[in-house]
Amino acid sequence: MAEQAMILLVFLPLLAACLAFVLAGTPARVIAGITMAALPALMLPITVDVIDQGEIAHSLGGHAAPLGIRLVADGSGALMLWLVAIIGSLASLHAWFSFRDQPDAEGTFWPLWLILIAGLNGMFLSCDLFNLYVAMELVTLSAVALVALAGGPVALSAAMRYLLLAMLASLAYLLGVVLIYNATGTMDFRLLAADLEATPEVIISLVLITVGLLLKTAIFPLHVWLPRAHASAPGPVSAVLSALVVKASLFVLYRIWFWSGAELDLAPAEWVLGLAGAGAIIYGSLAALVQSRLKLLVAYSTVAQLGYLMMIFPLASLLAWPAANYQIMAHALAKAALFLAAANILRGQGTDRLQELGGLDRRQPIDLFAFGIAGVSIMGLPPSGGFLAKWMFLETAWAQAAWGWLAVMVIGSLLAAAYIFRALAGMLTSRQTEFQARIRPVHRAMSLSALALALLALASGFASSPILELLGLEPPGLSVDS
Amino acid sequence: MQAEIYVAASAAVFGTGVYGLILARHILRKLLALNLMGGGVFLLLITLGGGADGPPDPIPQAMVLTGIVIAVSATAFALAMLVRLYQETGRATLELEDDDQEGGGDG
Amino acid sequence: MGTLAWHSMPLLILLTSLVTGIVIFIAGEQRVMLRTVMNLAGALAKLVLVGIMLIAVAAGHEFEFRVPLMPGLDLLLRVDALTMLFTTLSAILWLLTTIYAIGYLEGTENRARFFGFFSLCVAATMGVAGAGNLFTFFIFYELLTLATWPLVVHRGTPEAFAAGRSYLRYTLFGSAVFLVGLVWLNGLAGSQDFVAGGYLAHLAADHRPALIGIGLLLLVGMGVKASLVPLHPWLPRAMVAPAPVSALLHAVAVVKAGAFGIVRVYYDIYGIDLAGSLHLTTVLAVAAAFTILYGSIRALAQTAIKQRLAFSTVSQVSYILLGVALASPMAAIGGLVHLVHQGVMKITLFFCAGNWGETLGVHQIRELDGTGKRLPWTGISFTIGALGMMGLPPVAGFVTKWHLGAGAVQANQYWVIGVLVASTVLNAMYFLPMIYRIWFRPPPETWPEESVPADHQTRLALLVPTVLVAAMAVSIGVLASHPASPLSWVQLIISEYY
Repeated sequence: MAEQAMILLVFLPLLAACLAFVLAGTPARVIAGITMAALPALMLPITVDVIDQGEIAHSLGGHAAPLGIRLVADGSGALMLWLVAIIGSLASLHAWFSFRDQPDAEGTFWPLWLILIAGLNGMFLSCDLFNLYVAMELVTLSAVALVALAGGPVALSAAMRYLLLAMLASLAYLLGVVLIYNATGTMDFRLLAADLEATPEVIISLVLITVGLLLKTAIFPLHVWLPRAHASAPGPVSAVLSALVVKASLFVLYRIWFWSGAELDLAPAEWVLGLAGAGAIIYGSLAALVQSRLKLLVAYSTVAQLGYLMMIFPLASLLAWPAANYQIMAHALAKAALFLAAANILRGQGTDRLQELGGLDRRQPIDLFAFGIAGVSIMGLPPSGGFLAKWMFLETAWAQAAWGWLAVMVIGSLLAAAYIFRALAGMLTSRQTEFQARIRPVHRAMSLSALALALLALASGFASSPILELLGLEPPGLSVDS
Repeated sequence: MQAEIYVAASAAVFGTGVYGLILARHILRKLLALNLMGGGVFLLLITLGGGADGPPDPIPQAMVLTGIVIAVSATAFALAMLVRLYQETGRATLELEDDDQEGGGDG
Repeated sequence: MGTLAWHSMPLLILLTSLVTGIVIFIAGEQRVMLRTVMNLAGALAKLVLVGIMLIAVAAGHEFEFRVPLMPGLDLLLRVDALTMLFTTLSAILWLLTTIYAIGYLEGTENRARFFGFFSLCVAATMGVAGAGNLFTFFIFYELLTLATWPLVVHRGTPEAFAAGRSYLRYTLFGSAVFLVGLVWLNGLAGSQDFVAGGYLAHLAADHRPALIGIGLLLLVGMGVKASLVPLHPWLPRAMVAPAPVSALLHAVAVVKAGAFGIVRVYYDIYGIDLAGSLHLTTVLAVAAAFTILYGSIRALAQTAIKQRLAFSTVSQVSYILLGVALASPMAAIGGLVHLVHQGVMKITLFFCAGNWGETLGVHQIRELDGTGKRLPWTGISFTIGALGMMGLPPVAGFVTKWHLGAGAVQANQYWVIGVLVASTVLNAMYFLPMIYRIWFRPPPETWPEESVPADHQTRLALLVPTVLVAAMAVSIGVLASHPASPLSWVQLIISEYY
């Protein structure tokens, strides 16, 4: 049951994408809607089995690895799959209404959207570095196309830059994988652990893989492509890009460092990654603070928040693992809410210039509310998932007497508060400007999908025990030290 | 001996690609550079899986096939987007946009 | 009554205002009737619940509501006598301020937003009062910060936003410091429930510097809200908010949350003996004494009514902290009872300031001339509140100062008496001229901005709460020895610690 569900998680969206492409119009929308609604249902049996057995695996068509494709769901993978299911379906609800008035774009949107979802699910289910590469390419190409879908010179340039850098990243990753395969003869990220030795070839390949994945994740200073691409994409696309797509490549990096590299001493490199994360937190927050447009502010906030996820490297310990996973989840929910709300605001106001958003509380109260609640989680203030994540990180840093990292995280959340409140203050000012010409109606469901995500981010501040239970055991690379 | 030549060649091709990607301004050149890099990786893959003695390892062959398919489709997609970009902006290079420029993304 | 409902009483108390807030948000701007009904129903329901719990707690019952938030971390709402002191005060003043605010904001914009956040603030205050461990306290303390900001910037003017920025700068800095202290404390001692007498004594021998460090971090974190000098500048600036916000939030909820937290840290985490041996009480006593004098001197220099009242708040809240820091039973009684007394008296003064502003457009002290003839009830109320602040019997403030003075003698800290005397003189210096202007100066030809016909007093919704709180300020002073008075309740609390 659970094994079939795993297969469907990848192939149902793929199949639906083909159908949606052929049928177009309303049938395409309905097919996509049904597919997305089915994802949470598919997750149920998988979750039950993962909690029960720790992890579940299935070899497609009965072919064994390495030629066959093996799907594996473990605790953290299941958590990511849940995020795809929940954020994906709520963003789809948004897209269902927001693409209504652009039939041309909608015809291309749903097939690409479904391919993106299939790719993401594939990334979280793969345990083979090459399959990960294939799934990652699926994600990248569909993501770039979805960014370009917004049309216009800005979005097209952003998409082009995204594509070029993502292709560079993929090739670096692929080259690394080739070298690793040559050194070890295996590509399963778990089996690798036994064979990896610190030879020059392995180190070069790990560097290539890491740099490639960091570029895809847009970790400072490799973040240049992200803000424009995420800010100029259509609302639901920005949401999924910032919430899931960048996390997916980071997730692969975790897999390689904490599973494959479990036997290696990576301490000096971990420190470098931590520094990049600290740079991301500080730089991203400061950049968000000076943006004049809401969607760019939210995009730079992603640059900053991704920095927290790098803290796991220098703080590598048992405590850091749930902290990082919690941060991934809380940020994904909150950021998706922020981007959907920002898209609604841009649509309803005709602009997303911060100084022209005055009086928003009267015209789009739900969007403002969703933005505010999600903002609380981004700032890491209680009660919210973001707070619990930050709390776990701080506890970890404290336990290891890592004062520097602790200070960076505390400063980061103060800066986050500064830019979120700056946006909120702009929306609450009583001055009011009208951009009648560019205003388009915002359907209630679009606002509610943003609000639902924001409330989930808030609720994750209370419901930690089932999530931590699902997460299960730590990866081998983290359970040895500390 | 032969293998070393191929490895050196693939490194050279890959390096040329990186060089071109960074320095070229025209997007078409950047795409060609990326394809060069891809060629380098595939060459390396085939070389390493070549099996000097005995039958070649089938896995690198399968990987190269998949990789080529991905590279071709990505290139085709990039070219299509380049055409659109040229139509919209009249240029085939990536300029740093002014942050204040009106963006899209309200869909 | 089922046991579950009984145990979740603290949660219910919180929900009465939380649900009210959410319903108000959802109902939107236009549903005035529904909003008013919800506001009053929520406040009344809370009052009834508080009444039931008061009786139960007096009978020795403790309520506890615990939800595990993370392994080793609980969200714990627990009701003890100290909780009830703060809860009762907030519940009563919430009802009165709600009535006042309905009258005050009549016909203005964004009322749904205002009352929604107002209710959220009260919910957060209830959480602060009921928090059973420091982690829970922190959660609600932060919620209070967040829910208050929209009220500070409510008017949407550049001044309001400037005040909002200042408010956030101080409070979020405070919360970051608080959080670091909290993480440190948890690392050292684990997350533990508040215990009368503290739970850190066993660490005193080995971790003295760490305990002092944690204590100072927590003191700074909470000192921001308690407006300890030099962490106070947000408070006077936040006075741009509408009068009910200044009244309930800045005079009662927010600053009290800080003071209340410091009480919890000193009594229920460290224990007053340990805090004394770590010299944390000395630090607090000096900071509080300095704040008392500094606030009074600054108040003297203010020309706007609300500004003067704000600096007076800065000064008066530190009486509570001084009482805690002196570490003698009498002083502790004086400090804790001032939590209630200061709240009631200061809200009276702010209501009066609001009445003058709303009815006559009077905002400056020099404009007060002759207002006593135009608005006699407001004038009387203000006079009562001001005399109470100075510590004149029989108003509540006298009870405070008497106990603080006696406590200082008990603790052999005679310098404190000097501080009290100086502060009383300063209080008189800035309140008496105001009273003199109200009653003994001739009224001007026209008022700056008169909104109510000359043959009328101010609106009833503004006047009734004002007179009621003034009456309370007198009666809790006169009836201080009655078994149901705040003083008796505080004596009950203190009996647990000494």
